Amino acid sequence: MSNTRPLSPHLGIYRWRINMLQSTLHRLTGLFLCVGTLLLAWGLIAAASGGTPWNAFTAFCGSWIGLVLLFLWSWSLLFHLCNGIQHLLRDMGRNFGPPTRDRAHNPGYWSTGWLVIGASVVLALLVWVILFMHVAGGAA
Amino acid sequence: MAEFTLPKMSKVQKGKRFAAKPGAKQVRNFKVYRWDPDTGGNPRLDTYEVDVSGCAMVLDVLLKIKNEIDPTLTLRRSCREGVCGSCAMNIDGENTLACIKGLDELPAGDVSIYPLPHMPVVKDLVPDLTHFYAQYASIKPWLQTESSPGSRERLQSPEDRKHLDGLYECILCACCSTSCPSYWWNPDRFLGPAILLQAYRWIIDSRDEATGERLDDLDDPFKLYRCHTIMNCTNTCPKGLNPARAIGEIKQLLVNRTV
Repeated sequence: MSNTRPLSPHLGIYRWRINMLQSTLHRLTGLFLCVGTLLLAWGLIAAASGGTPWNAFTAFCGSWIGLVLLFLWSWSLLFHLCNGIQHLLRDMGRNFGPPTRDRAHNPGYWSTGWLVIGASVVLALLVWVILFMHVAGGAA
Repeated sequence: MAEFTLPKMSKVQKGKRFAAKPGAKQVRNFKVYRWDPDTGGNPRLDTYEVDVSGCAMVLDVLLKIKNEIDPTLTLRRSCREGVCGSCAMNIDGENTLACIKGLDELPAGDVSIYPLPHMPVVKDLVPDLTHFYAQYASIKPWLQTESSPGSRERLQSPEDRKHLDGLYECILCACCSTSCPSYWWNPDRFLGPAILLQAYRWIIDSRDEATGERLDDLDDPFKLYRCHTIMNCTNTCPKGLNPARAIGEIKQLLVNRTV
C-alpha cells in the first residue's frame, strides 16, 4: 500500500518568501563562483603567457558579454559574502528574529533577507562605479 | 539528491467543481487536494464554492464542505483550538493549523489547501506521519537519569525552568518539518526542525543527565547539519515557536564542547 501512496506537492505549491530565495541564491551564486574560477585561471595563464593570449583575454573581458559576466560574478561574490555574514551570525546564535514569547503573541513572517540582497547590490554597484572612475581617471 | 518535481503518479490533475448552492450569500472558492486509495490514480484538485457566512476558521469551512457538500472529504481534526496539532496542512502556500487560521488572515481570492508538503498521502489531507514519529522516538524524548531519584520529585529552579519556555509548547504538528526544503530533500537522514527542537528541549533540561550522549547522537552531518538556516520552520510555526533558534543553540553547544 505505502509504495502506491502519492507524494504530496512541495516546492511547486509552497509560498516563496525572501528567506527561501536567499537560500537558493546562496547555492546558485556559489556554483556560479566555481565557474568563475575558470576565468580567473584563464586570466592568470594569459598574463603569464603575455602577448596574443593576454590580448585575447582582455578583449573578452572588455566585450559586452565579458562585462555582463564580470558584473554578475562580482555581485555573486558580494551576495555570497553578505549572506555568509548572516550565516555566521546565526551560527553564533544571533539574528533568529523576535524572542519566542513575542512571536507567540505576534507570529508571522520575519527575515533580514532584503537587507542582505540590498547590501550586495549596493556594494556591487559601488565596486563598478569606483572601477569606471579609476579607468576614466587612468585614461585622462 | 533533491528531486524538485513530483513523481509521475503524484502529479496533481484538474478535479471536479462543486457549484455554490442557490441563495448563497458569501461565496469563496476552496481548491482542495484529493486522493482516494480505493480508486487510486493521480491526485486531483477539487474546487468547492462555499458560502463562508458563519465560518471564522479554515477548519469551519472544511467541516462545512464535509457536512453539506461532499462527505467523502477526509481530514484529521480533534481539538479545534490549536493544542492537538491534528489539522496541520498547507493553506494558501504555508503550513499551519486549519483550526486557528482565520479566513480574515488569508489574502483575497481562491484558497488552496494541500496536505503537509513532501509526505506520503494516506487519503486527501491526511499525510502518513509514521516516519516523523519514528524520528521523534529516536531522540529518546524522556527524562534520562543516573542518580537516585530520592524520596520526592526531581526539583528544578525557576531559572532552569525558564529554559524550557518556547520549547515545551511544541505540539508536534509537523508544520515546521514539512516546510523545510532540507527535510524535503533528505527526509530519511535529516531529523528536521520539530524533532531537533524536541531534542534541544531535553538537552537543556537541568534535570536530564544524558546531555553528553544526546549531543553525541546529534553530532552528525545529516541528523543535525542538514539545517542551513533557511528559516521556513520559524516562519511557519502556528504556535509562534522558533525551531531555527533551537537548532542554532544545539550547534553552539557542539562547538562549545570542542573548543
